[in-house]
Amino acid sequence: MSSFAGYIQQLIEVVRGDPDADRVVPKSGQTARLTILSAAAMSFLSVFVLAFALSAGRLATLWQVELAQGSTLRIVAPEEDLSELTERALEILGEIPGIASARALSDEEQKALLAPWFGEELPLDILPTPRLIAVTPRRQGFDAAGLAAQLARDLPEARLDDHSTWRAPLVRAASALRGLGWAALGLIAVTMGAVVTLAAQASLGANAQVIGVLRLVGARDAYITRAFVRRFTLRALSGAAVGMALAIAVFLILPTNDDAPGGVLTRLSLGPAGWFLAPLVPVFAALLSFFATRAAAMTSLRKQT
Amino acid sequence: MIELDDIAYAYDGRALFSGVSLALTPGSFHFLTGPSGSGKTTLIRLCYGALAANTGSVRLFGKNVAEMNRDQVALARRRIGIVHQDGQFLDHLSVRENVALPLTVSNRMDDEAAAQIDDLLAWTGLSTSADRSPPELSGGERQRAALARAVIMSPEVVLADEPTGNIDAEMSDRLIALLVELNRMGRAVLIATHDMSLIRRTKAQVAARVVRLTKGRLEMAGADL
Repeated sequence: MSSFAGYIQQLIEVVRGDPDADRVVPKSGQTARLTILSAAAMSFLSVFVLAFALSAGRLATLWQVELAQGSTLRIVAPEEDLSELTERALEILGEIPGIASARALSDEEQKALLAPWFGEELPLDILPTPRLIAVTPRRQGFDAAGLAAQLARDLPEARLDDHSTWRAPLVRAASALRGLGWAALGLIAVTMGAVVTLAAQASLGANAQVIGVLRLVGARDAYITRAFVRRFTLRALSGAAVGMALAIAVFLILPTNDDAPGGVLTRLSLGPAGWFLAPLVPVFAALLSFFATRAAAMTSLRKQT
Repeated sequence: MIELDDIAYAYDGRALFSGVSLALTPGSFHFLTGPSGSGKTTLIRLCYGALAANTGSVRLFGKNVAEMNRDQVALARRRIGIVHQDGQFLDHLSVRENVALPLTVSNRMDDEAAAQIDDLLAWTGLSTSADRSPPELSGGERQRAALARAVIMSPEVVLADEPTGNIDAEMSDRLIALLVELNRMGRAVLIATHDMSLIRRTKAQVAARVVRLTKGRLEMAGADL
């Protein structure tokens, strides 16, 4: 039987169970508690890290979309020249391929933009503020460098800001956080695998006499391995299920605010993908435990020969 | 069935025995005697592949143990009934479950097997102790349970290390009668024992050979037995 087919066969046997085989390995309290507790803790952490990675990913995508969707033209000139320069700027923008629309912001819109810094009662009429034109590109985008060069030549009072200077590092940071989240998930999986392996090795060592008796009466390696693997897999599954349930309960009561300017912190939530992936955490923990215990058991049986 | 061919075994650098050859053929009945520490238990362990000989070869049912993998050795052990001096039980299981263990690990437990276990427990006087755990049994009861477990699969060979050490003469005779019956059915039997009277009583029922392990050699015992 190929190794893959052997794994599948053992997985089926683990799921199906065998009450007689289950009883041949004594229930060892300490390793059982260690496995269940670590599986619960790791599962709890995994759901949070999963939410963190997914939130960071969503934020990166959102910022990327916003980055692609908007540019601003800023006209700095004396108040009396602003209207004329704005008209000229809109004419130039209207001739640029790749620009869907260009619109000068109203006083109210400019006031709203400055309100976080200067308050609601900003007297725009006595403050020398630049005129802002919102530029919306078409899907294929436009030649920002070419437009900037044309503006420098024909309308030096205008400056093009395609938001990349401040948005791009944020997008890179959000993408890095997303990568960090997935790496943390990988580390949690490795740690859990190590804990289960240690617990399985301890249990196998403590049950050397049991293994000796089973061998005496003709038990094959697969039978002995299955007895231990099933026990550890079920422990990991139950512990991880509890951890996942606790994490989901926390998410249900955790306040989130998509409009608050906190990035990952205020947007930390599972999202549709997270609600689908979170229930898979215990399944993944069980699979991890299955392979870790199987490897530990095979090594231990080889050594005990 | 089991052949030891010119084997030697050393433990911790000290030679325990060498030049040992023994063939357990169908229908053969052997007693293995010798002073304490002469290596009787070791020889029995070599017979079922629990230990590897330093030189020479051990063949189980025609295959060299040195060339068999763990699963092949396990399958060969299902054809051998082994009675250990110290019983070797799973203490968290009941006596009945321990006796059934060879059937359990080979997936042969069914209603017929369960009835067979009940019969065997009754025959060895363990019916009332069937649901107790091995640590609750007396030394004699443990040896009877070990013998019951050894024969539950109707093995082709029975290897017994001091099987009657802690039990009275009457029960000894009953257990030996069971082994003699198995032997008459063509099973090979090897019993390691110090009990000379047991050997004499058995020789009255069956043509048993007596081999003695002494001074690192295995020799046929003389007519004094």
